[in-house]
Amino acid sequence: MSVTAAPASTGARRARWRAAVVGWAFLAPLLLLNALVVLGPSVATVYYSFTDWSGLGPATFIGFDNYVKAFGDAKVHEALWHNLVWFVLFLSVPMAMGLLGAYLLSQVKRGQMLFRALYFIPYVIASVVNAAVWKMLLSPTSGVLAQLGIDQSWLGDTRTSLLSVNFVVDWHWWGFLAVIFLSAMQGVDPELYDAAKMDGASAWQQYRSVTLPGIRPTMVFIVLMTVIWSLKAFDYIFIMTQGGPAGSSEVVSTLMYKQAFNEYSAGYAAALGLSMTLVTAVILAFYQWMRKKGWEDA
Amino acid sequence: MSAATLEKPVTVQDKKAPARRKKTKAHYYLILIVLALFAVGPLVAVVFNAFKNNAEIGSNPLAPPTSFSLENFTEAWTRGDFATTMRNSLIICLGSVAGTCVIAGLAAFALSQLKVPGGGAVVAYLFLGSALPVQLFLVPLFFLWTQLHLTDNLFGLILIYWATDAPFATLLLRSFLLKIPKDFTEAARLDGASSFQIAWKVVLPLAWPGFLTVALIVALWSWNEFFWAITFIHTPELRPVSTSFLAFQDQYSTDWGLTSAAAIFMLGPVLLLFLVLQRKFVSGLTSGGVK
Repeated sequence: MSVTAAPASTGARRARWRAAVVGWAFLAPLLLLNALVVLGPSVATVYYSFTDWSGLGPATFIGFDNYVKAFGDAKVHEALWHNLVWFVLFLSVPMAMGLLGAYLLSQVKRGQMLFRALYFIPYVIASVVNAAVWKMLLSPTSGVLAQLGIDQSWLGDTRTSLLSVNFVVDWHWWGFLAVIFLSAMQGVDPELYDAAKMDGASAWQQYRSVTLPGIRPTMVFIVLMTVIWSLKAFDYIFIMTQGGPAGSSEVVSTLMYKQAFNEYSAGYAAALGLSMTLVTAVILAFYQWMRKKGWEDA
Repeated sequence: MSAATLEKPVTVQDKKAPARRKKTKAHYYLILIVLALFAVGPLVAVVFNAFKNNAEIGSNPLAPPTSFSLENFTEAWTRGDFATTMRNSLIICLGSVAGTCVIAGLAAFALSQLKVPGGGAVVAYLFLGSALPVQLFLVPLFFLWTQLHLTDNLFGLILIYWATDAPFATLLLRSFLLKIPKDFTEAARLDGASSFQIAWKVVLPLAWPGFLTVALIVALWSWNEFFWAITFIHTPELRPVSTSFLAFQDQYSTDWGLTSAAAIFMLGPVLLLFLVLQRKFVSGLTSGGVK
């Protein structure tokens, strides 16, 4: 018995070893490509953030200078403030519209699919197209509001540029949230509604005490992602205003892009990019921690 | 609904309920229609403008066209060189879809059907990786791509799309493959099939709905994508339709008829595909496809 047991266990070990090699071989293309495009350059960013690299030639190590500069940079402060404004708007407006849309959709049967599709359409259309459409509609010469006699250069005025771009982003985004919230609402146990009705709860009371708690995990997730997306806000701003006029719609990521490709301060841009990533990581860690604490299903 | 009403003790309030419910439903539809107009109204305006000349747009920018002129479309097609940019975008879409399906398909197979030590860590990495801002690796990647002569190169762009879309595609496909009963693959293994044969002959035929979803979403993303394209492609003849549309729109910013027609070239294919395969789009994009 003991004589045959030894080869059997080496055989088993060899089989396990073989399975591991085969498994990693299937994963190899994904991981190698990721190392080349994402992981390798990310590690390089950590290094470059401590240098005065221009993006082309050699880089000299300068310690924490880039980070010190970022902390004192008035442009960064302004951009961060814009990110915060962006976050507040991007969290409240699409969320409110999405919840309203989802609730109404969940209450009707006829036409539900059609409305759902219509709300979703702006989300699947390219940002460059949506931006062009709204540039047209917000035009001070013959846009929608110009037709109503309101003379305002929405994208060209420092007071309204950030708000106007955010409005366009909210417009393309809320329908997506409505669809997500609708499917979350459809997952809520119908018996809970019956129980609430038995207790004589009004539609609003049912919404507050059954619907909202029922979709809470989805909402927590969306809030978390909204924080991250607000930090990453880039494309519509880049397309519609390039951060202008006079930096009035500049956010951290557009500032970083300009530092890297227009100002040839790639080292500084790397420091900004890494700082953004660290903030994202902290938010993700906080979310995980909350989930572990069971806040989500409470 | 009515059963629940019958069970309840009859009160004055309940007698009123049916009438009130009908009324509120009408209100619901009213708000739903207003929201729908808000969502698609701007796009309808673009369709209208594409058929109008500039004099008509200037006098009446939001109304339906009084005559159907296709002049804007023919003008925009040649001036924007859409024949070239559409071809570029088509190459990028097909390349991205094919590569992503292969790369993500292999990885998803390993992460769902094979016992890979450390597989859980890979899944966690893929989740986390998709939340990272591209600003983290953008600049060194550009430097690397310049060194490798992959800037101003369609394949260079496709490589980036493979890398950025594959994590999402892997996770999505994995959730499809996890639903395939282990008995299927175990039976094939007992018959002496290799892992590759199992992947090819047993799993792939069962997983094609998942692949179709991934293909649709990757095609949509690479068609719409502009950030990587504008950063890595500068030669006008190599531009995909998204960045060339952006340049076109900057150039003819006052000519709304022309830019509207160009916008239709870009959104038309997406809209058609969406209307035909609406369920697949929605389920794929909401299943964590949040970029």
